[in-house]
This record gives sequence, C-alpha cells and structure tokens, in this order.
Amino acid sequence: MGNAAVTVRNLWAKYVGSGDWVLRGVNLEVREGEMLVLMGPSGCGKSTLLKVLAGLLPWVIPGTVEGEVLVAGVDVLRYGYKGLAGKVGVVYQNPEVQVVTRSVFEELAMAPENLGLPKEEVRARVESVAKALGLEDYLFKDPQSLSGGEKQLVAIASVLTMRPRVLLLDEPTSMLDHLGTRLVLDLITQLKREYGLTIVAAEHRVEWAVEVADRVAVMSDGAVVLEGSPSEVFSKVEEVQKYGVRPPGVSEVAYNLVRMGFPIRIPVRLSEMEEVLGGG
Amino acid sequence: MIVFEKVSYQYPRGPLAIRDVTLEIKKGEFVGVIGHSGAGKTTMAKLAVGLLKPTKGRVLVEGMDTAKTPVSELARKVGYVYQNPDMMLFASSILEEVSFALRNLGYPESEIEERVLRALRAVDLNKPLSASPHALSFGEKHRLAIACVLAVEPDYIILDEPTTGLDYYRCLLLFEVLRKLHQAGRTVIVITHDLDLLARFSTRVIVLERGAVIRDGKPREVLGDVEFLSEHGFVPTHLLQLARRTGSEDLTPEGVARAVAARLIGRQASA
Repeated sequence: MGNAAVTVRNLWAKYVGSGDWVLRGVNLEVREGEMLVLMGPSGCGKSTLLKVLAGLLPWVIPGTVEGEVLVAGVDVLRYGYKGLAGKVGVVYQNPEVQVVTRSVFEELAMAPENLGLPKEEVRARVESVAKALGLEDYLFKDPQSLSGGEKQLVAIASVLTMRPRVLLLDEPTSMLDHLGTRLVLDLITQLKREYGLTIVAAEHRVEWAVEVADRVAVMSDGAVVLEGSPSEVFSKVEEVQKYGVRPPGVSEVAYNLVRMGFPIRIPVRLSEMEEVLGGG
Repeated sequence: MIVFEKVSYQYPRGPLAIRDVTLEIKKGEFVGVIGHSGAGKTTMAKLAVGLLKPTKGRVLVEGMDTAKTPVSELARKVGYVYQNPDMMLFASSILEEVSFALRNLGYPESEIEERVLRALRAVDLNKPLSASPHALSFGEKHRLAIACVLAVEPDYIILDEPTTGLDYYRCLLLFEVLRKLHQAGRTVIVITHDLDLLARFSTRVIVLERGAVIRDGKPREVLGDVEFLSEHGFVPTHLLQLARRTGSEDLTPEGVARAVAARLIGRQASA
C-alpha cells in the first residue's frame, strides 16, 4: 500500500444547534488503494465523519469542525469541497436524490463537464466508465425508469467519470432490496479489486465487508473504538455486539462454540469456518 | 383468519401487482414476507387491511369480505404500520397520536387512556405523554407508530419493512417487541429483507415474486433452502448457509453452534 490518501487527526465536529460534539477526537489513516469500512449504530458519527471528509461540514452544512483532515493531499478544513473537486467522489444512501438528469449519459457526463473538460474527453470518460461497469446498454435510458439498485450504480458511475482518487460511500445499500444490494456491492468490490480505488464506506452489510475491506473501524459516541483488519475486529464478538454492530454469522456461531468449551479461533469468513468443520 | 381467495390486483392504468394469490393466515402465526422491490409485498399488505380491494377474487378478514366491509370495521381486526413512520405521525403529542384512532372508533374517554398506556408499554416507549412525536428518534417514532396501531388491539398486525433505517441493535429490540406481541396472542405479519431476523423470530415465511407466491412454509424449509434463495436473487446469510451445511433445523446462532458442536464431537469420537 502506498501513501496516506486520508489522514484524520484529533477531529472534533458539531452541527449548528446540535449542542454537543458529534465527533470527539477521531483519528484515522487510510492508505492509497485501501478500503476502510465504518460501522456503528445510528448516531455514532460515521455519517458526520464522511460529511467532513467530503468538505461539506462546515462548508455547506453549518457547524464547527476542529482538527486536521487531509484527503487526496488537500487540507479539507482549509479548502472545503471546492478543493476536492475532481479528486473525491461521494455517494449517499438515497439514489433518488442524486440522479437528476434525463439520461444516464448526461448523468455520467455532468461531473467531467463541470470540471471544464473538452467534449471529446467527456465522451471518452463516460464511455470508458460505462464499459468498465457494464452500463453501455443503459446510456440512453431515462434514469427514472431504472430500479433503485440500478440508480445507485448510475450514481456511483457518475462520480467515477471525474476519476476520483478517493471514493466516499455513505450507506449506499441501506434503501435497496437484495437484488439492488448485490448489484451495488459487486460493483464496489470490482472498484476495489480491479481498479485499486481508495474507498471509505459506511456500510452495515458485515458479511460482505469482511470479504472486501482491508480495515474496519467501529465508531461509538463520536469516536473510533475498535479498528483493524476484519479478522482483528470481528473476532471480538462480544465487544462488537456491545457497540451495537452485528458480527458476521460465522463469528457468532464460533463464539457460541468457544463458550461451549471448544478451543477454536473465531473466524469471520464462511471459508474459514470450513477449516473448523473439516471435510465432508 | 385472513383468507386470500384467487386474489389479483391491478393498479388503475398500472401493472398487475398481485396475480391469483390464494393463502390463509391463521391466528397466532408470526409470518415473514420476503420479495424484491415490485414483488407485490406492500400491495398484499394493503389488500389484507382493506386499503385496496381486489380486482379479482376475495379477501376475507375473520369472515368479513374486505370489499363489502367499511375500513373502520376492518381496522378493529387488522392494523397496518406503514414503512415510513412519518407517514403516520401528525399529532402534537404522544397521547393525541396514540388516542386518535380510538377516538375515531368511538371508544369512551375512560377506556382510551388505559389503552394508550398499555400500547406504549407493549413497545417499551417510556416518554412523557405530552412529548411531541416529531422530537423522537427514528426508532422511537417507529415504535410510536406501532403503538398507534396496537392501541386499537387488533388481532392481526402487519408491518411494512419496519427495519429500514434501523441499526442492528434497534432491529433486535423491535423484533423482541413483536415476539412479545406474538406471545400475547397477536398474529404478526412482517415484510422485511432481513433473513436472519425471520430465521430467528418467524413461524412461517412467504416468498413473493412478480405478484405471485412462489414459496410458503416454515422458516427452516424456505430460508434453509439456500439454493432456492440464491436462484431467486436473495443473499443467503452465513447462518443460513451454515445451518444448511450442518443440517441444523434451528437457524439461530446458538442452534447452528450446537449442530457444529455435534459434528466436531462426532469427528473426535471417530478419530
């Protein structure tokens, strides 16, 4: 892994009118090409952290932010979202509010057009992203005719055309059904594995996260309380549950086995449970 | 009993949302309904409470044909909790919110407060009766919306995707509330995408696809069939896959752990 793509030091943040600090001394580092998944109960601060990383709080959403935040080499607290243009892509929960144009092509072309790129370059980027994601057949469709999952794919594709160095995802599947969730998670997996994009995602689908994430950070009350590889974090079943996070099913089963007296290591992936079960 | 007899429903100038569905939901069941967006889950729920009338066939609630019975009459038997609690909440206090339906149905004032308190206790909402519903958290609003429906004390309660927007801990709390209602004799019908919660709490799972019932049975028969789930676009969880792998009939983490333990002990014994 390369240099730091995201550095957060002693970050405190609150909204106008929220009174208390919502983030209380967050420290994080994400290296280039790494994927970090943020987990934690509602109100733990993961969404607020993403808003700060995206340069929205306090630039668009009024509030107070203190500390140090570097994203893709940009001092975010100094330059805000404008300083991140073309470098950072953000995708939110609700695809309905992000997809605004009349065709998928226009949707994908919007960000590079806003960056002032020449027409040919815009077209080339749209076509290459559409090809890479298998969206060619969608290009001239009306986004409103697509399913929730397909809209979310378009929302992700539409930030990829600006070739961001860092992708921020705020619970991109929480409003989708199983089909939509599969589409979106497969795409994020592809972006991570084939294109090596740096990704910071709040996402609660833990059984997917343990397969793809390099690191997991569990947040509680505005701070990172557990951090490490998926195995390091989720093998602490009791602690994870205490913070209101669902552990992977295999970890829960293994935890019960340990309590019954079986001296096994707690796996986090289904394939690792195979080793415990043995053949047959 | 809620009975669907060869029911179809077509939205005006819209798609055929329910196709020739026949099924019975008996008192005392805890039914999970799963299906992708557009499969007809919400339409089916609205047919069961009489908010929609079948375009073909009949829906009977305790013998009453929903097409011929006023919704207010049906509301005493079947309650419906919308997916988004903000769709239901409008009053300026919790008391006013929960007593609204009771007043409409003409309950005497003396009985109203008692029912309101009982409903709030059932959902574990301990807030002052004068508090504004809009000041509550999303999870609390959800429980308040359920209390509004419970206050009428219907035999059947239908919840449309109640776990959307709730984190893991709040999902578990909500399902514990539903389990208590079920144990107290209510029939619970819940639409959700969360297969593990259904595996743990429900007594029956119905799978809808393009308006038709494609599977209906005990959780271990339906959710335990991971090939079926995958074929139809659902993502089988670790627990369901491990239950299948070990032949565990119990789909809870504790149950699956016992099945794994039996295998490990068996292997030690034969070694």
